[in-house]
Amino acid sequence: MDIHEYQAKKILSSFGVTIPRGGIVYSPENAENKAREIGGSKWVAKAQIHSGARGKAGGIIVCNSPLEVAQATDKLLGKKLVTNQTGPEGKIVNRIYIEEATDIEKELYLGLVFDRSSESIMIVASTEGGMSVEEISKEKPETIIRSKIEVAVGIQNFQARELAFGLGIEPALIPRVSDTIVGCYKAFSELDATMVEVNPLVISKQKQILALDCKMSFDNNAMFRRSQVSELRDKTQEETKEVYASDRGLNYVSLDGNIGNIINGAGLAMASMDMIKLAGGSPANFLDVGGGATPEKIVKAFRLITMDEKVRVILVNIFAGINRCDWVAEGIVQALQKIEVKVPLVIRLAGTNVEKGNEILKKSKIKYIEANTLEDAANKAVKALGK
Amino acid sequence: MAVIIDKSTKIIIQGFTGKMGTFHADEMMKYGSNVVGGVTPGKGGTKHLDRPVFNTVKEAVKETGATASILFVPPAFAADSAMEAADAGIKTCVAIVDGIPSHDMIKIKRYMRRYTKSGKMTLVGPNCAGIISPGKCMLGIMPGHIYKEGRIGIISRSGTLGYEAAQQLKNLNIGVSTSVGIGGDPINGSSFRDIIEKFETDNETDAILMIGEIGGPQEVAAGHFAKENMKKPVIAYIAGLTAPKGRVMGHAGAIVSAYGESAVEKVELLKECGVTISKNPSVMGDTVKKVLGKS
Repeated sequence: MDIHEYQAKKILSSFGVTIPRGGIVYSPENAENKAREIGGSKWVAKAQIHSGARGKAGGIIVCNSPLEVAQATDKLLGKKLVTNQTGPEGKIVNRIYIEEATDIEKELYLGLVFDRSSESIMIVASTEGGMSVEEISKEKPETIIRSKIEVAVGIQNFQARELAFGLGIEPALIPRVSDTIVGCYKAFSELDATMVEVNPLVISKQKQILALDCKMSFDNNAMFRRSQVSELRDKTQEETKEVYASDRGLNYVSLDGNIGNIINGAGLAMASMDMIKLAGGSPANFLDVGGGATPEKIVKAFRLITMDEKVRVILVNIFAGINRCDWVAEGIVQALQKIEVKVPLVIRLAGTNVEKGNEILKKSKIKYIEANTLEDAANKAVKALGK
Repeated sequence: MAVIIDKSTKIIIQGFTGKMGTFHADEMMKYGSNVVGGVTPGKGGTKHLDRPVFNTVKEAVKETGATASILFVPPAFAADSAMEAADAGIKTCVAIVDGIPSHDMIKIKRYMRRYTKSGKMTLVGPNCAGIISPGKCMLGIMPGHIYKEGRIGIISRSGTLGYEAAQQLKNLNIGVSTSVGIGGDPINGSSFRDIIEKFETDNETDAILMIGEIGGPQEVAAGHFAKENMKKPVIAYIAGLTAPKGRVMGHAGAIVSAYGESAVEKVELLKECGVTISKNPSVMGDTVKKVLGKS
């Protein structure tokens, strides 16, 4: 789960990270007042969307008066920002963060992630803040320093200090930089985060250490014990069909193609998508209805796939284990009595009681194309596109 | 003795009396697995499915001599249950449950470092289908009848894709020695490398089929291990050719976030290690057959 910059800043600030003064606004009037409240003579209006690279997309505007802050807010609110991370449809701006402008002396990069090789929390830092970590590793890999933190004991001060010295920070500022690193680590480990990124972390001309832009992501599996974090979810930043799916317990990812998929199991779903591609087609989605593939889930899945206007063929691929193909087939028949499917439908059942399952489908009045293997299913789905 | 589990392996069910635990315990017993009891805190002293129920794993181990356990407890309590099993001296623990927080998985693995290599539990999963040694023992939730007895070792992150492979092999009259589902989470109990190493020394296994997917370094790590240490042939399929970068594809661990984690890159890196690649998921069986024909 992702959250907004201003939410991440608030969290990190509660862990001892210093952030510039700022506040969230929802209207131009709001924004003007907020700028006066913050004080100073220069502000930044920042569009809050779940994406980086907002600056290049025009989502960050520097303002020299409260009036300009209001104008910038007016310009950004309700706009769809397209960045290199949002996809062509972009993301809607509903909230603006107004922040005092910072006189930057130096920009640093600080990121924390799970390292899957060592199964520890890895801190990554670089002197080249402001660029994405991918850009840094491509263009200035020599500036990257890393530290693996043993999660059983947590971060030690020396580790934070080593990183700070490694960034070439002047001695007087080492304690503040170390505290910032320790704060980010604590936020990561205490809130079930999967990613914390402060980019840039800046040294201001006034020698303050400030988190200028922040990102945090959290482990969806841990939300049961992080109610304060899960309340920060902003569904307006997620794709409509994906929200619909996640609200109904389906694992769904929207893609660009035109062959809709209903599959049980994440691995089999990815494999079926691969087969579609190899057969010359393109999947419209990833959809895992779960190993069980219960009739209720299948009904929900058909409802979801038929919402997608791109879909010109639907491919159902179910490997029934414990749950049996005849049961799955009945689920499909039930679903198709409730939901009208106007596009060709290819169904491949495999596993337990496959003959009985196919028998049930044949006897029902549903119109479909039967397939036997993964390959057969993909080929028939692609062929059906032409019809 | 098959790798990891065998016909005589004494199994307890953690979360025995719940709906999932009951259903799958029954399936396992029907398959012939030696389920000797189960644990549900607070229900100790009762009987369930004609087997004794205990309050703690320690008590269950003491009374039954169990060496294996399978977890059907909700995600919030799974870490606690796995550590309880390790502490009670369980040798093999399968965590079926999907939804354990990554921070909890790391905690379990750190906790298990307190044991010496010989005393350490093999944790398989979470978010997996479990282990089956066809004809001998099922410690999992798979449909047992799709597995034919034989000499191929299967390791799979995905449950249903592992079934697909077993079925393809069966259709070609090729059997399986043991199939291990290591699960779809980013941090798991046993990696491809951990299991492949066990298969290399298993005298009932001739070749190994690894079914991987996008995300994480484990498939390639196993490839390097195979290149340096293994004589048995390794065949691999990697799912997720069409998966976009940075998106989670169902499994919490199926996300491309670094170089070497996409399907194309993993395939290239595995080829360099001498692993035979199944080009697509419908020829996993055929690829194994071809490799067997050569050796």
